Amino acid sequence: MSALWTHLVKDLRIEWRSREAINSMLFFALLVVVLFSLAFDPQAAFAREIAGGVLCVAILFASVSALNQAWAREIRHQVLDAQRMAPTPGAEMFLAKVLANFLFVTIVQAILAPVFLVFYNLQILGDGWKLALVLPLGTWALVANGTFFAALSIRSRNRELLLPLILFPIFIPALLAMVLATGAILTGQSDPTLWIKMLAGYDIIFTTASLLLFDVVFHAE
Amino acid sequence: MNASVPAAGQGSPLCARLEGVSKLFASFAALRQVSAALETGRCYVLIGENGAGKSTLLRILAGLLRPSFGTVTVFGGFEPQDARARIGYMSHAAMLYDELTAQENLRYFRSLYPGRECLSPADALRQVGLDPDLNRPVGQYSQGMRQRTSLARVLLSIPELLLLDEPFSNMDVESARQMVELLAGFRQSNRTIVITTHQRDLAAPIADWVLALHAGRVASMEPGSPAVGLRRWGDEPGRSTR
Repeated sequence: MSALWTHLVKDLRIEWRSREAINSMLFFALLVVVLFSLAFDPQAAFAREIAGGVLCVAILFASVSALNQAWAREIRHQVLDAQRMAPTPGAEMFLAKVLANFLFVTIVQAILAPVFLVFYNLQILGDGWKLALVLPLGTWALVANGTFFAALSIRSRNRELLLPLILFPIFIPALLAMVLATGAILTGQSDPTLWIKMLAGYDIIFTTASLLLFDVVFHAE
Repeated sequence: MNASVPAAGQGSPLCARLEGVSKLFASFAALRQVSAALETGRCYVLIGENGAGKSTLLRILAGLLRPSFGTVTVFGGFEPQDARARIGYMSHAAMLYDELTAQENLRYFRSLYPGRECLSPADALRQVGLDPDLNRPVGQYSQGMRQRTSLARVLLSIPELLLLDEPFSNMDVESARQMVELLAGFRQSNRTIVITTHQRDLAAPIADWVLALHAGRVASMEPGSPAVGLRRWGDEPGRSTR
């Protein structure tokens, strides 16, 4: 069994027992969706146009609350030091953490999406199946960057403030692509292919960079 | 507790060497010009008041910190960072996941040492006097049990250099005595142990050398007096290089 699988199983097992990440994300995201539906008239024509943005921002804010805790267990009892002492590369641990977070956010999205469609009375006018590309690609961009920057900020006293400060500016290109692609699919007024390609490119570049740099962050004093 | 670990290789007689090691945290000097040579198969006990630099010295030997000045080599010329797999480090924190059982924790850490001979998690737990079938998360353990599980985690990879930061804290006297017996067996398999403690008397039965740190400096380095029953036959006390 590779170290990647070992790390992943451990993260999933811990989340299964605590359900901290999924519960906190789910309630936060549901709250944002409900509040936005109260703030805007969900029956209005422009609801479809802003819906993509609302969904992405809800997922973004909810994910940050969980990503902030991504390395909390490793820090709490200096588990990270025990992992640093082991001869396995840190990149595998990072990738496992990204996969686990990706799974958690995807579960939240799967619960959130139907609720969202109902609350905003949405009918998908474009190619609905393309959402199955946009949401995972956008989610991967968010969790890959978020997990990396959460690791970068774990030694900071203000890490909960630091993560969004670093993550949001870096994530803006992916967020824009995600919002515009989702809007294009919901309204059916334009082709989201370009934005999907941009998301895929963003994912490849930032995941590769994070994997290459993670060992430096991991072994930093 | 009993110790039955394979003997370490008979390579260099020196397990670790520190030459003029200083460590600065901003303007605070945690260690100042520390030099020492640690012989293979010996047990060194570091004593000193809080803030004397004991934990920093251990973390430098573990490769978790780099010295600001000076050099540290282990196992005949390696940097600690390049030999971490051969070093076991137990901090005063448990270094375990609270949500997992002791077996699950140890299985996880064992799998991080692919290709290295390791104890089985059950054997490691038995060695420290814990029931391997105990199906409770570590978060529900008492401090003493967590400390034992933490020691089991360190012993798992059968390290050649064992670094223990306050291993007897939160332990009752009997448990601490059992831990000392276990460590004595470990040392007899030609492995090196460095212990920091405020409870010098507890570590005395296995101490070959006692280093006293004061304000980041080695204030003294005296031969210990390992108990006859815990000492290797024909063993001669080590010598200081300072």
